[in-house]
Parts: sequence; C-alpha cells; structure tokens
Amino acid sequence: MTAQDSPSRSLQLTRDGQLKHFLTLDGLDRSLLTDILDTADSFIEVGERSIKKVPLLRGRTVVNLFFESSTRTRSTFELAAKRLSADVLNLDISTSATSKGESLSDTLLNLEAMASDMFVVRHAQSGAPHFIAESVTPGVAIINAGDGRHAHPTQAMLDMLTIRQRKGSFEGLRVGIVGDILHSRVARSQICALNTLGAAEVRVIAPATLLPQDAESLGCKVEYDMARGMKDLDVVIMLRLQRERMEGALLPSEREFYRLYGLSQDKLALARPDCIVMHPGPINRGVEIESAVADGPQSVILNQVTNGIAVRMAVMSMAMGGQMAERSQRQAEGERA
Amino acid sequence: MMASPTNSILIIGGQLMDGTDGAPRTTAVLVRDGRVAALGEAAEAATADRVVNATGCVVTPGFVDLSCNLREPGNGQKGNIASETRAAARGGFTTVCASPQTSPVNDSGAVTHLIRDVAAARSAIRVLPVGAVTRGLEGDMLSDMAGLRAAGCVALGNGSLPVRNARILRRCMAYARTFDITLMFSPENQALAADGYAHDGVVAARLGLLGIPEVAETSAVMEMLLLAEETGVRLHLSQLSSARSVAMVADARARGVAVTADVAMHQLLFTEDALAGFDSRYHVRPPLRTEADRQGLLAGVRDGVISAIVSQHQPHDSAAKQAPIGHTEPGLSTVESVLSMGLILVERGELTLAQLVGALSHGPATVIGGDSRLAEGAVADLCVFDPQATWQPDDASLLSAGRHVPLPGRALPGVVRLTLCDGRIAWEQPAG
Repeated sequence: MTAQDSPSRSLQLTRDGQLKHFLTLDGLDRSLLTDILDTADSFIEVGERSIKKVPLLRGRTVVNLFFESSTRTRSTFELAAKRLSADVLNLDISTSATSKGESLSDTLLNLEAMASDMFVVRHAQSGAPHFIAESVTPGVAIINAGDGRHAHPTQAMLDMLTIRQRKGSFEGLRVGIVGDILHSRVARSQICALNTLGAAEVRVIAPATLLPQDAESLGCKVEYDMARGMKDLDVVIMLRLQRERMEGALLPSEREFYRLYGLSQDKLALARPDCIVMHPGPINRGVEIESAVADGPQSVILNQVTNGIAVRMAVMSMAMGGQMAERSQRQAEGERA
Repeated sequence: MMASPTNSILIIGGQLMDGTDGAPRTTAVLVRDGRVAALGEAAEAATADRVVNATGCVVTPGFVDLSCNLREPGNGQKGNIASETRAAARGGFTTVCASPQTSPVNDSGAVTHLIRDVAAARSAIRVLPVGAVTRGLEGDMLSDMAGLRAAGCVALGNGSLPVRNARILRRCMAYARTFDITLMFSPENQALAADGYAHDGVVAARLGLLGIPEVAETSAVMEMLLLAEETGVRLHLSQLSSARSVAMVADARARGVAVTADVAMHQLLFTEDALAGFDSRYHVRPPLRTEADRQGLLAGVRDGVISAIVSQHQPHDSAAKQAPIGHTEPGLSTVESVLSMGLILVERGELTLAQLVGALSHGPATVIGGDSRLAEGAVADLCVFDPQATWQPDDASLLSAGRHVPLPGRALPGVVRLTLCDGRIAWEQPAG
C-alpha cells in the first residue's frame, strides 16, 4: 500500500500552489522554480544599490536554526534576511540544547515561544526540516538550509541561477556532477532542479562506492569514467570530498581520487569549450579540483556566492507570502464559520 | 489467568474456519470448562450459560503471534504485559510469544518465571516467553538454554540483535540441537546493515536515507540456513523482508532442512514507498522493501514457505517516534490491527481468507509445537470476528500503549467480537 502522492508537495505549498515552506525541490514544478529564479534576478539589483534593503519582511523574525555548523550558508541567509528588513536571530544549536539531551521537539517548543515567523534549518538528519514543518504552529515558514543527505534546495537554486545567467536557458544543456553523490544533499537537489527545468541530460560521474543504490532513479545517467563523462558537457559541477570517506573504505586515497575524478585542465578540455565549472564550496584544491581550473576563465564559483543571497531573499519572501496568504484565508474561514 | 467466569458459551450462526484447508461451514460451537465440548448439531442441541449469536461472523482458532513485544519487565513507558495482552486479545490473539528483548533480558529462569507470574496475574491470554540464546542478548556467550526451556521458554532467540559471528552462531545451534530447542532468529548481517534504517533502494536514494541493503538479510539467511543444515537445529527465521530470502528458505526446505519462517503483516501490505514524506511511523526493522519483495513474501505465505504471519508489535512512547526519521526507534504498534491489515489483503485477492486464518493460527502454532485446530476436546482458544464491520484506529480507542499504528484515521475492515482463551472471555467488543 503506498502513501499519498508526493507528500512533500502538499506540505510545502498552499492550496493555491504558493510556496509556504521550502523543504525540497522534489514535487515543485517548472513554473515555480522559474518564479524563484526570476524573483532572485530582481533581488540582485538590490545588492547593487547603496542602500541594500527592501521592506518585505519588516517586523518579521527569522531564526537561523543551525544544528550543524556552517559559516557561509548561515551568513548568506542572515544577509538575505537583513536585506529583506527582518530581525534575525542566529542559534547555533550544535553546541547547545540538543547536545544536552533536549529533544528536537522540546527545542522547537521553546523557540516558538519567541514568536518567530520563519525558521531556517540546517540539520544532519535527512528529513529534519519536514519533521519541523509538520510540528510547528501554522503560520511559521520553514526553509531548508541543508538536511543530511537529502536536500539543499537553496544551494541548488542559486546554482540554477548561475547556469541561467551564463547559458540563457536550460534547453539542451548537458550537465555533469562529479564526485561524492552518495553523501551529497546538493547533488540530489541539483539533479531534481535540472530535470524540472528541462536540461537535456544530467550525468553523475563517480566510482560505485560514492553513488547511491539505484542512482539512475534520481533522474540521471551514471558514468564511472571521467573522460567519457566529460564529453560534450556544457556545465560541470564538482562536489566537495570529505576526508572521512577514506576511513569508511569508500576510496583508497585522495591521490587516486584526484587522478581519476579530479577536475584538471586536461579533463576540462574534454568538455565543450564554453563549459562552465561550478562548485558549491568550500573547495579542496588538489583533491577534487586543480587550482588553475578553480581560478580559471571557465570557473563561475564566485558568482555562485553572490547569487546565494539573491536566491535566499527570493525564497524567504515567497514563503512568507504563502504563509500570509494562508493566514488571511484561515481568518476569512474563521469569520464565515 | 484472569477472565470472566462463564462456564459454558454457545456460539451459533458463525462460519467456522479452523486454519487448515477445510472449507468454512456454518457450525455451532459449544465451549464448556475450557474445552470445545461439541460442534455442529450436538452443540446446537445443548444449553449454555451464554449464547453468542455470531451470524455474519467468522469463528477461528485464537490467533498465535510468534513475535510480540510486551515491554515488561523494564520498559513501562512503552507498554506492559497487562496493556499489551489486552490489546492482543482485542486483535483476536490468544497466544503471544514474548520477545526476550526486555530489561533485564530474559536470559535466565528467574526472568522467565517473572514474566509468567505477571502474565498469570494480569493477562487474559497465554504469554509464552521466548528466551535469549546468548547472555544479555550480547551475542557472545551461550545462555542457560536447557534451564530456560525448563522454566517455560517456548523457543530461544536473540531478539533483533546479532550474534557476534558465525562461530558463535554455529555453537548456539549445535547446543540447541542437543536439547531439541527451536531457535528463532531475525536474519541481518550487522556489518552490512550498519547505521541504516530504510531499504537501500529508490526511496532511500531520493530522500537521502541511510540504507540497509537487501543483501544484509539474504547473506544472513544463507549463513543461517547452511549452519542449520550442518547442525541439524530446528531453525525459525523471523520477519523476512525480501523475496530472495523466501526463495532460499524454499530451497532449503526442499532439501530437508528443518526451517520455518514468518513475515510481519505490515511487510505484506506496505513497501518502501510508505517512507515518502519521511513518515517515521513506517520506520520498521527489517525495512519495508520493494513491491517485488512484497509480492515474493505474499507468494511465500500462499504456498506455505512462510508458515506464519506475525504482528511484530513494537509499542513505543510518543517521544521514540517524534523526531527526524533517523533518530526514531523502529517498529509499529500493530497487534490490534493485524487482522484488519490481513483482511485488506483478502479484499484485494492477494490472500484467501483461509490462508490468512491459517497463517495467524495453525501455521504459527505448529512452529512452537502446538495445535490450534478447533475440534471436539480441543482447548477452547478461539476468535469470533466480523469481516464486514469496520473500525478506526485512533488514540482514544486503542488499548496498546503504542499509538503509532499503521493506517491511522482510516476505516479498517474486521472487528473482533469475541476472543476466548481457555474457554474464558479475554475480549468482548462492547455493544453499540
């Protein structure tokens, strides 16, 4: 017996199909993803003004709930919230409550007492933001800032924004994702986004130990050989390799990994001449990417960082809008009843 | 055992199915002094203290559950013998085999006696303890197996925990074989299962869940079958989840290995898809696998390779299930809804009613050396259920302390009207 269709979709959209939480790209359609990109585009201009603020979240409280430490993602979320004029509270939970044995449910009850309007959540467990979205008071928006191996939807959308800026559209694009797909929430969200936005082909390039079981079911082709995998690519996305992977017997050594799957200038030359190089960061020079490539003319790694703020502003304002629409709908229904 | 003191009960108008191949027939059943005193016309002619009109109902042997967690001693926040056996009686069960995975572990005659004493005082149904095959379930040293059997353990096993290695497993089997003790094992290779909590397949890949590959089960099944064949022990494999495991058991049986197997009812109804949306309710161990596995398990029940369907009832306190899925404890609270889940399979034509009743009564009874058939003179353990009536599992109505039931909020087919254990009423559906 199967459960209901696409439970994530119904959890993160209002009845009218507006975003109210942003948990995963799975189940979101092309027009919604395009909306996010278009909205982000409009916010890029805000970052270029001398006064970098819009009042969309004025009077709202955004709590950055980071159960896993992160400097870059958290600071771009913080900047995004501040540019939307929200009050921001940063809670680094990895060093406080839950390590003292408090359950996630109890932590949430305490935080809700602060009357926040939005939680930006990063957690080491896949599905933690879903769990939080199901348990919070109606009206509070949840934004997934990365959960376990599951999803990192804002990262994937900022990558899509970068691709669209460079390539114009997704039609006909061949995109390769190289490295540790198994443990990567970024890769899962990117594959989902690329398929929804109409890329011609998504290839994952990795040894079998770094691929999930039934990897093709994610909507990608699997290629073990990097030289074959690089052929005709318009975009190559390199993933970060964690040092622990050697200890788990998933890889023999960093040296062998770099030789086989590291992006060197030689390997990049096998792709299309206008192929762009992306990396969600932080990069390991000499492990998954050669310095000359990371800093080279085809690299768009720094654009990715700039776009991160705009995409997060887009998603936060859209989710707050969805929550507001639902709130007035609830009030209207309450008055009728 | 505690129960209402009615000496004789006459059940009329019900369809009798005894869990074997016999076709159902409308037959009166007279129960007197704890036994089936008469069937058919002889019963109809008798007088009784109480007459139960079972028109529209099915009368079957009381169900036998080979895998039930009663959580006592030691885990009172999750349930206890009184609450969980009451729930089981409501589910039509008259015999439950209690898992050794308690605190303390049931690895000594003293704990076995404690369980039996509490059950005698607070349970209206039979509780048959399963003892621990290794001390503390730690998988390293043999428990006092013969002593546990003498204290009343019906079989020995290692709960959901692994035996350290194949050498110790082989010695467990050889020692058990010496005393003709049945061993019950849940086959899982711990190194392959590692930190997983979901089937290593398409849903785990999409949701980024940590997977337990199918081979974690099949490699353990193969190892256990080979060791059982060599030692000659009577082996029961608990809670298979993969179609390949069923095929391996069928092969072993064909070459004469003394092996039986069971499956949890939820494995016959759900697949990995139930985890979509991170629904931790369906976080169970072994994990729900693919539709092909579900089909293979159903076929195993139909052709008798799997002789029993179990509840694998695992009541939990709500905190154990209220967390991101990877932090929750495995298990569903099922003992009240096993029959309903089975009737859904019957409605869909995936099992016949006779196969369902057989796998809940006669099949499991034979695994533990019993005989549940309803014949004159037999112990009066029986269940009367209305397959057409429906009920809704919601918090207020549940008797188990575990609220994480399958299919919450749905109207489920099958209401148990009456459960008799030793001829006494263990459960009766309130009127109205």
